Amino acid sequence: MWSELRALRDEIDYGTPPRDGAPVTLTIDGVAVTVPAGSSVMLAAAEARRAVPKLCATDMLEAFGSCRVCLVEIEGRRGYPASCTTPVEPGMAVRTRSDRLQALRAGVMELYLSDFPAADIPGGWSELHEVIQATGVAQHPYGRGENHLDAPVDESNPYFLFDPAKCIVCSRCVRACEEVQGTFALTIEGRGFASKVAASQGQPFLDSECVSCGACVQACPTQSLVEKSLFVGGYRRADSP
Amino acid sequence: MVKVCVPRDSSALSLGADEVAAAIAVEAVRRGAAVRVVRTSSRGLFWLEPLVEVETPAGRIGFGPVDAADVPGLFAAGFLGGGEHALGVGPVAEIPFLKRQERLTFARAGVTEPTSLVDYEAHGGLRGLRRALSMAPAAVVEEVVASGLRGRGGAAFPTGIKWRTVAAAEAPRKYVAVNADEGDSGTYSDRMVMEGDPFVLLEGMAIAGYATGASHGYVYVRSEYPHAIAALEEALAVLRAAGWYGADIQGSGFGFDAEVRVGAGAYICGEETAMLESIEGRRGMVRFKPPLPAIKGLFGMPTVVNNVVSLASVPVILDRGARFYADFGLGSSRGTLPIQLAGNVRRAGLVEKAFGVTLRELVEEYGGGTRSGRPLRALQVGGPLGAYFDSSLLDLPLDYEALARHRGMVGHGGIVVFDDTVDMAAQARYAMEFCAVESCGKCTPCRIGSTRAQELIDRILRGEDAPANHAQLLKLCDVMESASLCALGGMAPWPVLSALRYFPGDFGLPPATEAARVV
Repeated sequence: MWSELRALRDEIDYGTPPRDGAPVTLTIDGVAVTVPAGSSVMLAAAEARRAVPKLCATDMLEAFGSCRVCLVEIEGRRGYPASCTTPVEPGMAVRTRSDRLQALRAGVMELYLSDFPAADIPGGWSELHEVIQATGVAQHPYGRGENHLDAPVDESNPYFLFDPAKCIVCSRCVRACEEVQGTFALTIEGRGFASKVAASQGQPFLDSECVSCGACVQACPTQSLVEKSLFVGGYRRADSP
Repeated sequence: MVKVCVPRDSSALSLGADEVAAAIAVEAVRRGAAVRVVRTSSRGLFWLEPLVEVETPAGRIGFGPVDAADVPGLFAAGFLGGGEHALGVGPVAEIPFLKRQERLTFARAGVTEPTSLVDYEAHGGLRGLRRALSMAPAAVVEEVVASGLRGRGGAAFPTGIKWRTVAAAEAPRKYVAVNADEGDSGTYSDRMVMEGDPFVLLEGMAIAGYATGASHGYVYVRSEYPHAIAALEEALAVLRAAGWYGADIQGSGFGFDAEVRVGAGAYICGEETAMLESIEGRRGMVRFKPPLPAIKGLFGMPTVVNNVVSLASVPVILDRGARFYADFGLGSSRGTLPIQLAGNVRRAGLVEKAFGVTLRELVEEYGGGTRSGRPLRALQVGGPLGAYFDSSLLDLPLDYEALARHRGMVGHGGIVVFDDTVDMAAQARYAMEFCAVESCGKCTPCRIGSTRAQELIDRILRGEDAPANHAQLLKLCDVMESASLCALGGMAPWPVLSALRYFPGDFGLPPATEAARVV
């Protein structure tokens, strides 16, 4: 079933919303590309068919800059700016692939996987799995540490469920609730490692201000928020291998 | 009538200054002595607090640390005439710790009554703002640029350049936002300004507003500073009543006002963009840059975001001129820095010195070595994200570049001293735990990485496959440094890496090679 679904996803997600400024030309891995001013480097890279891995970015939401897998190198600049939050400039020379970038992206992916159900890493279909494939990182070196793997699933909503074990706290659901639906039902509660998605005042989704519009489910890159109809006979967490 | 000064700074209050002041008043009445007790700010000589100063023809004579129970004895010894007493420290201005400082920003510390405008003006206050108002705004900006002043909050960005950006931005409104969320362990210079000389900060803010075209200011103060909040509110009311704040300052046509906002206990809200989010009433999460706050800051408007000490240094620059200020310091570290000595040090307190003073001078000559009397083993410079140095680096001069060359930072100017009983592995773990507790949770390297780094350190300390866990810790620190969204995640590895570099034995690891020590 997953491969059929994957085949349906053929449109490109440019990562950040379109802009309509004057044309700006820059190079991505040596490929010249022209995009409107105000566009992100990430959008330009997608336009140049040199897409950069991403998790917290999607073109239906404004850039956020939290996942740190879309880092790039820009000639003449120090460090590794996030391509989603960096606006294009004329003549900018961007590098989306290098050993250094690969090492950093792999390091970040290992952190994600250290708090993600191991049984759900192979074979899954989600944007997280696309990035697992793109970076070639499917395991982590951290052993068992603090995690959210036993956090209870919220199945209160009749249409979708929320499995916090698969949540990577990218805030796409929170931002979709705000920016797409204008409902402001979702938020992030707590801080640091304890940060988690919460509906209203930490209530079950059904009791919260959620209007069941589904914008959060569409925005979720990990199937942490997912339609119940996909699970015949009910949702069951995969057993650990 | 003899004037007796007792500080009202919170460090003095915590040591019983209120009780001492009350005891002096009561004893004076009992003895029929003509005494006026004045509550001043603190000199920042904390090992002497409560430091009572008696005004005599020969200057102020100090006694400290004074306990309320010492008061009758002080009267008996004739302290009102500067008489001999075991607690006597002689003329305060002659105490070497103070005498050898270069107090520009803290010129009034311990001298004036914090919210007396008369006292403030009598000691040089408002001269900077008066001069600024007589100049073109752009000239004020250039004066600050020429002074070489860099942000004293920790990031060390040139203050004047930031002002230039805000001044050039076109917008219907502009703001001045003061970062007074002083959260670095072992630092208190912002607190001393706000509690002890609030007018100088507000004067600096008004100058910033005039120079950049901003009409409204916010002071974002941490909730742990109730005395600072009260002093600022009082000072604001005094300035408004005197026409120095409000719609038309002294008939100049320039209007500026400000309000105090109180934080809610998050270290991350000292990061400038998280602070702006918090002032706007939102969760204190870091914003990505660009846009810079100078272009799109508070409520989407161009905003000067400056630290308390940066702004408090502006009035003296405008009063005495950029050249005067820039003549202190060296290289690209110009002016003076209020260094705050803390930890295991005999004389803890505030040392305002020109850049270039060495760590050894600060810790040994000013600080008097460790409080325990044991050998010094380590110091942390620049707050909880600053590097730990061992005693081999004591001769480093305190300047931005010299510390950066050794992968350290001046930060907000805090120095915490440790003696030879310190376990540097425990310190390193504590530093990483601090990051894990204070992480805003937005970006992954900080949110998950700080917790994983703590777990790796624990495994190393338990001796579980130490070489592999050590190697993984170094890899993770690299990811945090290079991939985090802000300086909290990006610099949290510094204390850990420096502890590993200089004190590997504390982690049960083999000694670092000389190559690893030299950076």
